[in-house]
Amino acid sequence: MPNVTYISYKGETTTIDVPLGTTVMENAIKNGIDGIVAECGGAMMCATCHVYVDPAFVDLLDPIGEEQDEMLDATAAERKPNSRLSCQIHMKPQLAGLIVRMPDRQT
Amino acid sequence: MQPGVVIVGGGQAGLEAAAALRTQGYEGAVTLVCEEAHAPYQRPPLSKDFLTGKQEADSVFLRALAYYEKQRIDLILGERATEINRGAKLVHLAGGGAIGYAQLILALGARNRTLPVLGAENAVYLRSLDEAVTLKQRLAEARHGVVVIGGGFIGLEVAAAARAAGKPVTVIEAAPRLMARAVSPVLSNFFLDVHRAQGAEILLNTSVTEVHPDAVILSDGRPVGADLIVAGIGVVPYVELAREAGLEVNDGIMVDEFLRTVDPDIFAIGDCADHPNAFAGGRARLESVQNAVDQAKCVARVITGNAAPYRDVPWFWTDQYEIRFQMAGLSGSHDHSVIRGSIPDRKFSAFYFKQGQLLAVDSVNRFGDHITARKMLAAGTPLTPEQAADEAFDLKKLAAAQSAG
Repeated sequence: MPNVTYISYKGETTTIDVPLGTTVMENAIKNGIDGIVAECGGAMMCATCHVYVDPAFVDLLDPIGEEQDEMLDATAAERKPNSRLSCQIHMKPQLAGLIVRMPDRQT
Repeated sequence: MQPGVVIVGGGQAGLEAAAALRTQGYEGAVTLVCEEAHAPYQRPPLSKDFLTGKQEADSVFLRALAYYEKQRIDLILGERATEINRGAKLVHLAGGGAIGYAQLILALGARNRTLPVLGAENAVYLRSLDEAVTLKQRLAEARHGVVVIGGGFIGLEVAAAARAAGKPVTVIEAAPRLMARAVSPVLSNFFLDVHRAQGAEILLNTSVTEVHPDAVILSDGRPVGADLIVAGIGVVPYVELAREAGLEVNDGIMVDEFLRTVDPDIFAIGDCADHPNAFAGGRARLESVQNAVDQAKCVARVITGNAAPYRDVPWFWTDQYEIRFQMAGLSGSHDHSVIRGSIPDRKFSAFYFKQGQLLAVDSVNRFGDHITARKMLAAGTPLTPEQAADEAFDLKKLAAAQSAG
């Protein structure tokens, strides 16, 4: 099973196995990883599951849809080119070993 | 152990209050009393992606069990609070125990309103995870037809899921239009067209006088056969615990702008809280994720000594078929509205004004308008109806200029 490494704002690193097709957000919640909040549960209403995707993986992600693009303008922490909502990152084989960094705040 | 914060109610408001207390540095004991046997979970997907099969039951939980342990949140499942002893500052539990509190947060939620007619027990309701599991199963088995009583958000989401599964659907609504309590006539008519275009039969100005296991009887005497009858006719807040403790109760449990009841150590949040709301122009009781989460954060700030009044912009959403409908603000008292975008193209927003002030924005597949509206409503950005209706006018720029200034 592919894994994903979550790095907190303070530098804490957690690597977990992530089933194909599930999202980076839901695996963070299920595994109790701090720093991803997901108030709306992945409905793209809240922008509290914001992550910075490691540059090595950015080109492997699906293109940002219109809805995610608008939501990323509403994140609490600064939006950067590698900003994504982790509820919109679905695990696929090419993303094995994905690294995401959490911002200093989600709300 | 010193008494800490006791939260009664394991819905999203209760869970978020516990989480916010820890995020905001509260060190005392935190106890979360949940009546259901399940750990806190999200309700919105139960009538949306869970019902349509896009989301599994195990992905609706708000936190992993390990989270509660790590954060020292004492999660009590399958237990009901039966009485508040305000003098002794104790919450009594149905199981016989009692928990002392320094502060008590009532996040009691609401129960489904039941049909006041003969045979009401033949209808299926949807609020809890267990009810959602049952409904999903019954929906899969339904062959002849599904009757949905109530054309509100829950009823229409269920109707959309049933149509998506290819089931014949009849929606019965007593009011002259859909979602009448929450949206304006232009949106009611839009969704009426959408549902009819998808093949759902929608009966307005119609009520049900009897519910049988395989049919309902309409107010005009006509029967409608079905092998699944779902009722979504609103909710009633849980207020009994508060009322019996001598707290003030109106539409819900009465609280001030800091979400405090008349007892300074008892708070109420979420669906059960009747609170002053600037966006309602008076008092309101809101049933939404936004209200649950933001009131939870507000009460945690009050308890940790950083009190600020509850002033968050209301927002809400519903998914029906391929339509994403997002609401910002509360449109109820508007005196003027304009449309931005195209209703036939199913990409538009309705901007609502009261005495020239922006009050609320309803957006159909217009994500940018929704986010911008939330920013403008929070900042009080001046906007004229002419600007709102003019697609050439840059709303985002206006909102950004206001927040920068």
